[in-house]
Amino acid sequence: MIEVENLHKHFGSKVAVDGVSFTVKKGEVLGFLGPNGAGKSTTMRMVTGFLPPTQGRVTIGGADIEANEIEAKSKIGYLPEAAPLYSDMTVEGFLRFAAEMRRVPANEITAAVNKAIETTFLEPVRHQSVDTLSKGYRHRTCFAQSIIHDPEVLILDEPTDGLDPNQKQEIRQLIRRMGETKAIIFSTHILEEVEASCTRAIIIDRGRVIADGTPAELMAKASNAGIVTLRARGLAGSGIKAELEKLDVVASVETIASDENGITARITPAKGRADKLSTAVFGVCKDKNLSVEELRVEEGRLDLLFREITKTDADK
Amino acid sequence: MDAFITLILEFAIPTLIVSAIFVAILFYVLPREVRTIFKRELKSYFTSPIAYVLFVVFLGISGTLSFFFTGVLEGGEADLFLPYFQYLPWYLVLIAPAVGMRLWSEEQRLGTLELMLTMPLAPWHAILGKFLAAGVVLFAMLVLSFPIVWTMNFLGDPDNGVIMAGFVATFFVALCFLAVTSVISAITRSQLVALLVSVALCLMLWLGGLPHLSELIMNLKGGWLVFWPILKLVNGLGVMPHFTELAKGVLGLRDIVFFLSFITFCLFATSVAIRLKRA
Repeated sequence: MIEVENLHKHFGSKVAVDGVSFTVKKGEVLGFLGPNGAGKSTTMRMVTGFLPPTQGRVTIGGADIEANEIEAKSKIGYLPEAAPLYSDMTVEGFLRFAAEMRRVPANEITAAVNKAIETTFLEPVRHQSVDTLSKGYRHRTCFAQSIIHDPEVLILDEPTDGLDPNQKQEIRQLIRRMGETKAIIFSTHILEEVEASCTRAIIIDRGRVIADGTPAELMAKASNAGIVTLRARGLAGSGIKAELEKLDVVASVETIASDENGITARITPAKGRADKLSTAVFGVCKDKNLSVEELRVEEGRLDLLFREITKTDADK
Repeated sequence: MDAFITLILEFAIPTLIVSAIFVAILFYVLPREVRTIFKRELKSYFTSPIAYVLFVVFLGISGTLSFFFTGVLEGGEADLFLPYFQYLPWYLVLIAPAVGMRLWSEEQRLGTLELMLTMPLAPWHAILGKFLAAGVVLFAMLVLSFPIVWTMNFLGDPDNGVIMAGFVATFFVALCFLAVTSVISAITRSQLVALLVSVALCLMLWLGGLPHLSELIMNLKGGWLVFWPILKLVNGLGVMPHFTELAKGVLGLRDIVFFLSFITFCLFATSVAIRLKRA
């Protein structure tokens, strides 16, 4: 549905986006991660056709966003980062306007508006002026605008920004549900959101894609992924440690507690061997007849990966 | 009673016909997008106090000043042209930018430009829709100044054809000023800046056509000749001579073509300004 090829954007001498490529198919929810100023919003603005790219190509459902502007744009629903609204309209008036602009047939507008209001929980403020809305309602009104024409492609720039935890939860579920039939890109700072609603995630830093994969794949890349915590008894701690260090799947063993009768340790796997580690550790315990009180494999943490890869890049 | 019938025949009916033609064009010729933008824009003029304030200011100034300072009431001949229409463009130098200043700067300030430009419409749809809405506000202003015409018809027996021509000419000038404002408001997100710059440009546009300036250009000598091209341009764009011709009741094709091409050019310039904003 969404194809982005080698997208570049320069603002004067500043390079905001530097060769970003990805595709999003129908049924995929792509999470866009990255530090502030990484080029997330600029990329989304180019995908939606608001900013013309300096170089590169965007096609939406086969239609080029520049050459075939109107056709491509009619397939997109877009929630800009600032959730802009016309302050002199009511919520319903604004959504009617959006429906007309997004080419909803005249006789279906009322139904479309009602559905969008229902989906985004706007009923209580339906007739209220946009001016008087709280931030959460403003955000949802703009969100409603983006889904009013039931688009094939949804591009949401920080859709949960400014919402309370319950609303965040609702919006995440909504994104996940809509993702089954649409192609969705959404950006966020909140890493749990990626795990909660994305089928795939991209991490962008300084205008470049530095990681791309399913949330599970990305989490496996974090430095804590596959670390095994072991609490075992039956031998002196130093002895167990020495045994563990002999394994070729082990990079290092960090002792948390140790005495003459046992050990609690965090075992870091050697690069690329995380999947073999727990079996090997368990094998050692069996050979030495140790009683294993705890053996736990850590899941990679996305926030750790995020910090690691965005930081190392900045240090260069 | 006679005056009343004259007014209906000579003003109300033509106004209604023009309005009907406009509505027909809006609904049957122009694309739906233009109509949607037009409706939203027009509605927003009347939900905020802007339109009302400007109506009052315009009608107040144009009505009172014309009557009191130009001595229409004292003059036996109630020939409306000289006192009333000569002053109207001066007010419009201020009023038209005040109507148009929000067209694009408001859109930029609220951030809704991003929304609008990612909707499936061509930029000219939005530019035209907005321009037409602001044009209707100015049109309504001129229509609402009918009490002046009414008074004239009760006091004497003016040439209503000339009065009508005066209104047509004034409206064209107003649209020119509005078109200039459209360009400026696309450049800045501040309405105040848009207003001030537009007023200055409209003033230049109006005064550029002063007969004195043409004389001055003819008599440029020596080093002053370096200013010749720029003065010639300002003078050539000056709307005053075109206004005067039209207002005299001479429906010259040349003047109408001038106004229409000037407006078209400005609307095109607006689209360029918006494009540059995005890049």
